[in-house]
Amino acid sequence: MVFLEGGFSSPRNDAFPAGLRVLVVDDDPTWLKILEKMLKKCTYEVTTCGLARDALSLLRERKDGYDIVISDVNMPDMDGFKLLEHVGLEMDLPVIKSTSDKLYLCKNITVMSVDGETSRVMKGVQHGACDYLLKPIRMKELRNIWQHVFRKKIHEVRDIESLEGIENIQLTRSGCDLFDDGYFLGGDDATSGRKRKDADNKHEDRDLTDPSTKKARVVWTVDLHQKFVRAVNQIGFDKVGPKKILDLMNVPWLTRENVASHLQKYRLYLSRLQKESDIKNSFIGMKHTDPPSKDSTASFGLHKPMNTMPDDVLNGTYSFSMSNSLAQSIDLKGQADRNGITSVPMTEPKGALSKDISDSHKTQSSQMSFDHSLGSVDSGVSFASFGSTNPSPYSWTDIPEIQFKQEYEPFQPENGFNQLQLPEPFMIEKEVNRSRTEVKPLLDEYRSNLVEHLSPADLVDLFPVQSKNQTLKNQVFNPISATKSSMKTKDISQNSLAYSEFAQRNLNAAGIGVPLASSSEDLQICWLQGDGYPMNFALQDFECLDYNNPALIAETPFYLFGAPRFDHEHLLDPTEHFAIDQGLFV
Amino acid sequence: MDVVNQLQRQFLDYSASLHREGFLDDQFTQLQKLQDENSPDFVVEVASLFFEDCEKLINNMARALEQQGVDFKQVDASVHQLKGSSSSIGAMRVKNVCIAFRSFCEAQNREGCLRCLQQVTHEYSLLKNKLQTLFRLEQQILAAGGSVPAIE
Repeated sequence: MVFLEGGFSSPRNDAFPAGLRVLVVDDDPTWLKILEKMLKKCTYEVTTCGLARDALSLLRERKDGYDIVISDVNMPDMDGFKLLEHVGLEMDLPVIKSTSDKLYLCKNITVMSVDGETSRVMKGVQHGACDYLLKPIRMKELRNIWQHVFRKKIHEVRDIESLEGIENIQLTRSGCDLFDDGYFLGGDDATSGRKRKDADNKHEDRDLTDPSTKKARVVWTVDLHQKFVRAVNQIGFDKVGPKKILDLMNVPWLTRENVASHLQKYRLYLSRLQKESDIKNSFIGMKHTDPPSKDSTASFGLHKPMNTMPDDVLNGTYSFSMSNSLAQSIDLKGQADRNGITSVPMTEPKGALSKDISDSHKTQSSQMSFDHSLGSVDSGVSFASFGSTNPSPYSWTDIPEIQFKQEYEPFQPENGFNQLQLPEPFMIEKEVNRSRTEVKPLLDEYRSNLVEHLSPADLVDLFPVQSKNQTLKNQVFNPISATKSSMKTKDISQNSLAYSEFAQRNLNAAGIGVPLASSSEDLQICWLQGDGYPMNFALQDFECLDYNNPALIAETPFYLFGAPRFDHEHLLDPTEHFAIDQGLFV
Repeated sequence: MDVVNQLQRQFLDYSASLHREGFLDDQFTQLQKLQDENSPDFVVEVASLFFEDCEKLINNMARALEQQGVDFKQVDASVHQLKGSSSSIGAMRVKNVCIAFRSFCEAQNREGCLRCLQQVTHEYSLLKNKLQTLFRLEQQILAAGGSVPAIE
């Protein structure tokens, strides 16, 4: 596969998964041994580590020595998130988190959180793990992890503009080669229409103007990053754009794409920091230090950025939009005192980071302080929009707006964010191809929660709420929908069904976190993934819940995770695990 | 080879009973499937790791619970780890006790915790014995020139 060549040291596509270099980090020796064996059986190349710091040094020593990292969340010497951040920022590797705690998983993947666990909820997602695995881990789940790597490569290599067509073809072709059902690449999905927004989005993706050009991975050293930050501050967060930053940085070998993707991460990172730091702060209303002229941006910079970077917002590339939205909101680097800023990514429901916004109660103000540890959130969540596979009963366009409004209103008064501005409707409209009408009623209940989760739109979409009210009740919807639409077509093809499976699985599991009204179907999991990697949540038997979120799956804009193949039949069968087996290349 | 057949049957029956009685669950079967010529003693090795880990954790819990001022968080952390470990090998009963154990930790109920500790210790010993019996049967089969039957 041509596009796999770029910096991809793994074997060719037919043997693609083989030889994938995996680093496993787990303090439990039993699990370490088991995972090692399982991964070896998948013909991957495995390195094990019992300590997070050892893992980090291994990764640093061999910068390009690993393709993916699987790490337990509960490490004694280092917080699982920190590791994730380091890995993401420094190495740009996909990281999968594993845990034996279902509750943890639910909390970390669901956006909705009823009682103040939002900060925890957001945490996992914020840090951009590209996938979560619940122990006991099954072979099939591990077999699919390569998809995360694959996806990432695609993003790096792809040039949206010129490759869009090519990609479709390539993906379809390779998809067929690699997968029986080709769902991963979504042959049919890919061709059926990447509605990806278009040229504008391009800069979001890392891409090559020349498809056959190998793209070396850029290592963002501290110096480089400082230059980047200085440039961003100079330009002004709300006006920032990859091109401008690039110009200011004056680093000849750096490309706009490099900057764009880094900007994405940076934004996500900031929003996450903001949130964390603000937990105790009340919303201060976004009066920031910013000059009044920037009032709208002040709050979240949503506005302006949105305007200035329409591409980002509208772009179909999920990944980008995620970061954009976040970036916008976070961009407040220069406005450090913005505390009560809930992450803003309203406009870009990339969802992944919207989590940052999560808790209105918890002042999740994104921290503007810049911290090197940008998570590896790539916000390039590719939502596999199911649209192509499953007809969505909802019209996407409506919801996002509604959502926003709802979120927005309550939010303001509660948080005192005077300046919080909803992303302009147009953005939502454009992005959201489908909105869930169902979401609406749920949204009502969510107000406070919604506000926080900016990319609620996205999230909302994720949950095909059938029973709606109940389920949504506690869920925060991130208007990811916007991003969804654009992402959809494209992502679907690229995303595996894993997501749906994951969603299912987690939904069920998430019953804990979310007061699913009645059935697990209602479980909505807003899984915002920064990386936009398809989540290979192999369905594990969640004893607690049965997978019966057909609606959920069907409607969930999986753009976050690549396009799961939504097989309605599967979805509708409660007893059946999502065609995970089928969807995933097991 | 009557002896071999007999041993094999014994092995399968014993295995089935362990599953039936909840000592082992599907995860253990998965581990058995992972075993191959590259790692012929895989299951035994994993089991040993588990036992070691188990003992260490149980000791931690016991120590913590003996304190005047019990640090329930610490106990809970150990239980959580044990739970994870036991799920790795398919030690269902041990895992189940851990689940109950955790609620007692959360409730900061020392009595309850002590009871659970006792239970977990008991389950762990039982499992250890049973697995050792199972492994012994395997060895006997191999020694008699047969092969260990696969469990579906």
